[in-house]
Amino acid sequence: MSDDRFAQFTLSPGRRRRDRIARSAILAGTVIALIPLLLIVYYLLQKGLGSWSPSFFTTDPTGNTFFKHSSIGGIQSAILGTIEIVALASAISIPAGIGVAVWLVEYGRNSWFANAVRFFVDVLTGVPSIIFGLFIYIVLIVGTGSTYAGYKGSFALSLLMLPVVIRSAEVILLLVPGALRESALALGAPRWRVIFSIVLPTALPGMVTGVLLAIARAAGETAPLLFTAGATFKTSTNLGGFMNSLPVQIYNDVTSPTTSVVNRAWGAALTLVTMILVLNLIARLVAKRSRLA
Amino acid sequence: MSSDGPSGGVTDVEPDDILEPSPTHARPPLPSSRSERPPAEPASAEPGPTPVAEELQAKAGMSVSLQKLRAFYGPAEQVKGIDLEFNANEVTAIIGPSGCGKSTMVRCINRMHEEIPGASAEGRVLLDDLDVYDPSVDVVAVRRAIGMVFQKPNPFPTMSVFDNVAAGLRLTARGRGDLRGKVEAALRGAGLWDEVKDRLHDAGAGLSGGQQQRLCIARSLAVDPEVILMDEPCSALDPIATLRIEELIDQLKRRVTIVIVTHNMQQAARVADRTAFMLGGELVEVGRTQDIFTNPSDPRTEEYVTGKFG
Repeated sequence: MSDDRFAQFTLSPGRRRRDRIARSAILAGTVIALIPLLLIVYYLLQKGLGSWSPSFFTTDPTGNTFFKHSSIGGIQSAILGTIEIVALASAISIPAGIGVAVWLVEYGRNSWFANAVRFFVDVLTGVPSIIFGLFIYIVLIVGTGSTYAGYKGSFALSLLMLPVVIRSAEVILLLVPGALRESALALGAPRWRVIFSIVLPTALPGMVTGVLLAIARAAGETAPLLFTAGATFKTSTNLGGFMNSLPVQIYNDVTSPTTSVVNRAWGAALTLVTMILVLNLIARLVAKRSRLA
Repeated sequence: MSSDGPSGGVTDVEPDDILEPSPTHARPPLPSSRSERPPAEPASAEPGPTPVAEELQAKAGMSVSLQKLRAFYGPAEQVKGIDLEFNANEVTAIIGPSGCGKSTMVRCINRMHEEIPGASAEGRVLLDDLDVYDPSVDVVAVRRAIGMVFQKPNPFPTMSVFDNVAAGLRLTARGRGDLRGKVEAALRGAGLWDEVKDRLHDAGAGLSGGQQQRLCIARSLAVDPEVILMDEPCSALDPIATLRIEELIDQLKRRVTIVIVTHNMQQAARVADRTAFMLGGELVEVGRTQDIFTNPSDPRTEEYVTGKFG
């Protein structure tokens, strides 16, 4: 190594030290970011698992928070309410959102109107969720002089989901190679058939991922449901009436002075997180099988 | 035709032109060892020297005639007034340097050019006597009659081999009737049947590059076109796969009229009955392929085919 010709190849101690410092700093940043996430999971499991039992999932909350010896009930109505409200919200926002994305990619392209739509969709993505609830409250509750209902909560959630669905579907549709559209058009296929038979099937796995993420986000929202779907104890299958949901149940329970009710909030929170985790796992599995995303 | 050998009249211009040492051979007889199969399989697996296109019915194709064709991208004129005849049941090659408007001109023939935002075309394109740009003409019907094969093989990724070939029939709402028979006939026509008949329901994207391109040819054959446009169909393929496509082109012209854009002058010399040379959006010269390569009338053609520029 004493050969002068190779002096320039020697790693200097200063550079070695700077490299080590930089690596440690990046690792430390990662660990700091992980700590709150792990703590959340830890507390959820620690406090939530305790209130889980078969009856926790199969009984409605009773509303009793004062008498020690009678049951406070479970969260059945909240689980079913969340599923019903989110299902209706998805049924509205997914077809509409994918329709908008198809229009943007296949027809609107770079026209001024398409760009205006993109701009407003981006603005909607950043709107706080309580604004959507407020909007539905003003229009469908104050405006019609009626009261809370499950479907009004669904409307608020679908507004929240719509921009997420549009943007994620648009990104995936843009990934479909133009050559596929061209070769289908060159076979003499009308454009709508190219979209339904070639473009959408090719984009499907990627779009499923985006849609599931939008559903997961909507399922965890409290604010849009508070003054649209209301809160109730009873399990309901009538979207026209008051409807309970997991986020609202958590919101109500956690402010209770009774320990067992606060614990029910933890159990409900763990349930909600588990449901969303399952959805995310499904999204990941589908994405893995995707040819594009 | 000039003498054979590497020092012949045609010199290599672009790296992808280096295909064979004797470039001016028009369609050399193909030894049976030149198959796409891996060497592990015995060469005798293929019966004859040219097993392609066994069941292709001869049929009179249609001619295409360009009259003062101009094509634009926004305000930029890419094709500057071309008059050109493509004879029925012949192979016509379009050669010329990159950016000379070859692909644009060909895409005007089946009106794919207008799919690009801002693109437009003027002039007339006659399919026999029908002006495909006439306002009363359905663009979808034009594309059924004038098929297209693209530079990169692009089978539909969500579909099996069978569905890829059937796609043209289904997408044009003609999937009823003997779909299986039509698919088999198209695959036989593209010389692919023997290779894929046992895996018709595997993914089309799982075939080799050369097989994928023949699958795309089968896909366009299935809708029974009069003309097939090929935009550098071999530029993404290896030399052996290229030879198979070239043989196939020779067989296909019994049934359709073929226009092939190529960067590869040896390929033009091998497959084309007539060759057109384009430069800067204009047609410089068109004639029998042999004349274009050995006795061109325009000095620019001679410079190009002898490798002085391009």
